[in-house]
Amino acid sequence: MGFCLGASMAGLKAMTATSGPGISLYSEQISFAIGGEIPLVIVDVQRLGPSTGSATKGADGDIQFLRWSNSGGLPVIVLAPVDVTDCYTLTVRAFNLSERFRCPVFLASNKETAMTRESVDLVSLQIPSVVNRNHCPPDREFLPFGPGGEKDVPYFLPLGGDRLVRQTSSTHDEYGYITGDTETIARGIRRMENKLLGAINSLSLFEYDRDDSADTLLIVYGVTARAARVAVQRIRDAGGAVSLLILKTLFPVPEKTIQRCIADAERVMVIEMNLGQYVREIERLAGSKPVEFHGRMDGKLISPAAMCEVMGL
Amino acid sequence: MSSLLNRDRPPVFCPGCSHDLVVRALDRALVAMGKQGTEVAIVTDIGCSGLFDTFFNSHAMHGLHGRALTYATGLKMARPELTVITIMGDGGMGIGGAHFLSSCRRNLDITLLVLNNFNYGMTGGQCSVTTSPVASTASGFLNELEPSLDICKVASAAGSPWVDRVMATGKKLPEQIRDAVQYQGFSLVDIWGVCPGRYSKRNRVTLKGLEEEMAALPPVSGAVQENERDEYADLYRRKSSRLSLPSGPVDIEPIYSSAFTGQKDILLLGAAGQRVNTAGELLCLAAMSAGLHVSQKNDYPITVLRGHSISEVVLSSSPVLYTGTGHPDVVFALAREGVTRRRSVFEKLKPENLVIRGKGVEVPEHEGKTITIDFKKLRIPSMHWALISLAVLAEEKSLITEKMLRAGLAFRFSGNSLEEAESLLNHFFSRKNSYRTSHS
Ligand code: SF4
Repeated sequence: MGFCLGASMAGLKAMTATSGPGISLYSEQISFAIGGEIPLVIVDVQRLGPSTGSATKGADGDIQFLRWSNSGGLPVIVLAPVDVTDCYTLTVRAFNLSERFRCPVFLASNKETAMTRESVDLVSLQIPSVVNRNHCPPDREFLPFGPGGEKDVPYFLPLGGDRLVRQTSSTHDEYGYITGDTETIARGIRRMENKLLGAINSLSLFEYDRDDSADTLLIVYGVTARAARVAVQRIRDAGGAVSLLILKTLFPVPEKTIQRCIADAERVMVIEMNLGQYVREIERLAGSKPVEFHGRMDGKLISPAAMCEVMGL
Repeated sequence: MSSLLNRDRPPVFCPGCSHDLVVRALDRALVAMGKQGTEVAIVTDIGCSGLFDTFFNSHAMHGLHGRALTYATGLKMARPELTVITIMGDGGMGIGGAHFLSSCRRNLDITLLVLNNFNYGMTGGQCSVTTSPVASTASGFLNELEPSLDICKVASAAGSPWVDRVMATGKKLPEQIRDAVQYQGFSLVDIWGVCPGRYSKRNRVTLKGLEEEMAALPPVSGAVQENERDEYADLYRRKSSRLSLPSGPVDIEPIYSSAFTGQKDILLLGAAGQRVNTAGELLCLAAMSAGLHVSQKNDYPITVLRGHSISEVVLSSSPVLYTGTGHPDVVFALAREGVTRRRSVFEKLKPENLVIRGKGVEVPEHEGKTITIDFKKLRIPSMHWALISLAVLAEEKSLITEKMLRAGLAFRFSGNSLEEAESLLNHFFSRKNSYRTSHS
């Protein structure tokens, strides 16, 4: 992580990959990447926890950890790939978002995704075009932590270039000097919060497969979405009705999208490979609509049959 | 005289703090080398010495407790032309001990100045790794329990090619810093000083006393001959430039048509050494030659040369969704180790399902069809059982065909391995009846 932070500040794109035990160690540096607004992609191939857990069995047990692993609790971006194709395209997207917003971006993968080989149709692969960070124009004063080209996102200049760059993990002013001035601190924190929360619409990725006649909305993410697609098809083939929302951006929580989908349903079902993590976000958005949960955390995939059974459809 | 000191941010240490002397000595060293601020990055750790970067008009990176060397490493690898100087206290050096050892061993061209004042000054005078066991600190008796660490000794033992020690008051401090920075590799300078704020008053430590203590130690003076070697980034670039770019994924155009539509799950149960995972991959490649979508998951213990080896393969005429194989259409039973792990799947087998079994491998009762092959009698070594089982499956023609399997081999192997695999198949297909022991 430290190497990545140094290399990223020198202007390179950097990525690191780990699983639960590693992401725990990353925690302090994740906070630095957020507070220092250092672009970085962090892949968490989640494996069954707690702790060193199972080498190697899958789970989605780090979802809230990714959201809250930074001291200070500032927002982060977490994307969740469903399959190998997503691993490819979402990684490009993760880099693009990290460059655009000057922040770390997480890919919440799963052993079941990363250690599964599968055929991919390379021809139909939609690879997003590459975004690079916004460098400070030569005629402007460089404020490493002041508002820059895009609202609330500072311009970047590489450390080691021909204009001096100050980077710090401590609370700082627009110039990168440590400060104790509460107004300056508050302004910086607000800006870092706004740069992501204010852009939710442009960074929310999801697939909504709506059935007009369905009462039930199934919400899933990651590898679980694969079984969910099979379950939904089985239910429909048998004359039943169900809608499916697959979230690919988990954080910042795409609140409006989720609420819009919930509004179409009478009942919400959340299925996750953990004891119930993302369901918390759904519950707070569902209002008075009942939210049911099914989880499994023993290293095995949740099967389509189990999904049909818990939904009773 | 010119200076890289930041006029807007003069040093703000406690009166008498040795850090002040080092700030000025570092500036003198950089000026003596003719460095511009843009050519230098000062990377600092946490603690009073962590303020260093703000006092200079240079690139600056201030990070977490004990981690400064990691940022310095990333920076230097990315920008080899940059002069990277890392400043840590004895506190951070202890916290980031592993990074310290790695840096000594790695020999990347960065300089580390350890501002050693024998305690955690900023946090209130707790003991650090260099605190003397007879000192009085804010940590009660804890420092009495552990001997203090000789930074230079550790650095030399860990492979640092440049190790130097000097007093913060040392007349030659700027020169010694300059020499360390100019050294083309990792360089460490252990700089002893006083911390009047937290340590030296309560311990009656004086600069003179420290000087005497240092003089009594075996001398260190820069280059450590036995540790001299190639600089890391230089070596890294030389070695990596010789590598060829990785080839992209295998591009497989469908040339055959599939014998089925829908999805088929195949479970290969074997043991280490039977090339089960390779067989799973061959099956996938064979199926792809008929335009099928495939997925493969392997399961084996961390002791890769012992124990079970299992491969789960899904072949499908539409994209593969759920990758679990709870109700397989075909099971290869090639070793007890694999079968034991997945006993429960046998009871789910239906009459239309197939088990391809090596003679002698016990399988639980099931309703599927079984083909048993007496590999031992045929003198086929265990490492080829999985491949021959694929040929048996191809002969059944329901999932893959001989042509597809041969196409799979050609995608996976080349040269001698391809020849060997092909001759095994030739042998099988020319004498297939002799392979089949029983068919029930
Ligand atoms: S606490 Fe010690 S190290 Fe820190 S500024 Fe004061 S004297 Fe220097």
